[in-house]
Amino acid sequence: MKRFFGFVKKEFFHIIRDPRTLVILFGIPIVEIMLFGYVITNELKDIPVAVLDKSGDEVTVEIQNKIYSSGFFLRGGNLYSEKEIEKAFRKGHIKQVIVFEADFSEKLEKEGTAHIELITDASDANTASMIVSYTNAIIQDYMSYRNRQLQMPLQINVETRMQYNPELKGSYMFVPGTMALILMLISAMMTSISIAREKELGTMEILLVSPLNPLQIVLGKVAPYFGLSIINAITIVTLGNLVFGVPINGSIVLLMTLVMLFILMALSLGLLISTVAKSQQQAMFLSMFVLMLPTILLSGFIFPIENMPWLLQVLANIMPPKYFIIILKNIMLKGTGFEYVWKETLILIGMTVVFIGLSVKKFKIRLE
Amino acid sequence: MNTREVIIDVENLVKKFGSFVANDHLTFQVYKGEIFGFLGANGAGKTTAIRILCGLSTPTAGKIWVAGFDAFHQTEQIKRNIGYMSQRFSLYDDLTVAENIAFYGGIYGMSRKEIKEKTEVLLNKLEFSSQKNKLISDLPLGWKQKLAFSVAIFHNPKIVFLDEPTGGVDPITRRSFWDLIYEAAENGITVFVTTHYMDEAEYCNRVSIMVDGKIAALDTPEGLKNAWNANNMDEVFLKITRKL
Repeated sequence: MKRFFGFVKKEFFHIIRDPRTLVILFGIPIVEIMLFGYVITNELKDIPVAVLDKSGDEVTVEIQNKIYSSGFFLRGGNLYSEKEIEKAFRKGHIKQVIVFEADFSEKLEKEGTAHIELITDASDANTASMIVSYTNAIIQDYMSYRNRQLQMPLQINVETRMQYNPELKGSYMFVPGTMALILMLISAMMTSISIAREKELGTMEILLVSPLNPLQIVLGKVAPYFGLSIINAITIVTLGNLVFGVPINGSIVLLMTLVMLFILMALSLGLLISTVAKSQQQAMFLSMFVLMLPTILLSGFIFPIENMPWLLQVLANIMPPKYFIIILKNIMLKGTGFEYVWKETLILIGMTVVFIGLSVKKFKIRLE
Repeated sequence: MNTREVIIDVENLVKKFGSFVANDHLTFQVYKGEIFGFLGANGAGKTTAIRILCGLSTPTAGKIWVAGFDAFHQTEQIKRNIGYMSQRFSLYDDLTVAENIAFYGGIYGMSRKEIKEKTEVLLNKLEFSSQKNKLISDLPLGWKQKLAFSVAIFHNPKIVFLDEPTGGVDPITRRSFWDLIYEAAENGITVFVTTHYMDEAEYCNRVSIMVDGKIAALDTPEGLKNAWNANNMDEVFLKITRKL
């Protein structure tokens, strides 16, 4: 045990003394979460909005003026029929179309209620929901101003429709996604690189000749990164919660347990890579192409898996991050318990076992 | 000579990789406190043999005893009783001199107190105390090498294996490195060394020369030179490798 701790201590020296490692370990997670967080929840400014005004009366013009003078929105032109809506979106820069029903002010006065429909491009889900809530607020503001002068309160029904991504998938997605990405990066990439470094420097031979057994060597290499990954996971969840209000609705204990499982999976994947890679550079490239890119592109983090061609869907299904992201979304956002994520958990456990098995086998072959 | 204590006893060592025979019935003995040179061209099977003696690789057949332990079943005990240094010096560049020593002492199970005391003694002996907290990467090559050797025998092993320890160093540094090797041998540590440099072969007590997986010659440098009618080890080596 004392030998083992000596080994772990040595690993910490390596980590602390290498500025590059430190940046990857602690800089990237924070930068990444801030980046994803702020890029997605950026404040609204000059969003082009088009109008389909079927009544064109005093009230609708007044509402339009209020919306356009708010500073959040730009005039994106007037549309004259429902058919033009789709076209306007397709052209690209219009983010929202506001549809006033026919005879708007007449209905408002006679029946006390009128309809506005907000159709929003939700391919960028976070921005879409912000656009809707800003527009809504302006309309409500206008109504309360008008209602002050009347005894009978009038009502404008605002109906919203999200185009392209009706369930607003993707909101808050950045925290689970970033977490998967970063844990993958640190656990798998850093371990594989640090083992490859020992091989490259020839120190691995010395370790193997020493009374340390291979299991102790591997655990000693992996333990520090396990610890650091957990710290990073906590940082990401805390930052996401405090800065961006991403909720943790489910059990924190369950969350952390499954986070540790994922870290274990990533570490065993890193081990497997290190048994194949002969140099640090190889380990880095392998980690990049085998782990990082698929995590970003195929995990459902940025691109929805349902929209991929079937071949990529098949690939996405063998990528561990996909299941981790499902688990995180369920526990953090939906607040569900273990009964909803046991399948994904089993898949991750299975993957971990396979990776460890393969690495042990490869490690033995290398020793021969 | 034969009355001395045998520390490595190898009888008909065979190691095959598939149909390729890397070590073909090697038989030799190494005595306690001896400096044993293990020579051979690249690919002659030196590395394979060393790996087996160090307990890293299992032999295919033969009887092999290292420091009194069986190389088939007692590799753990063998590892505890040997030291090892390779061409690549095996020190961590980003650790200090003292940290490297402490790390290696630690993995050989030495106590913290023992490590501390022996570190003082070692650094004083090497006149190196002022560099104690310097990173290895800041040291000149010759110093790294001396330190790597000192680290390899820090836990006082019975045998130390040196795999081309002086690669890439100038002759003067090599000479002073050999002073350390002699000192270790005088203290009873058996030195098993492979080298490319024939001037170093002259420093050994006995030398074996491997060709194509077999031991082609084994004697003192003097004996070899007489037998092959050569002026120096270089000639001996050339004659043996060409003849076979």
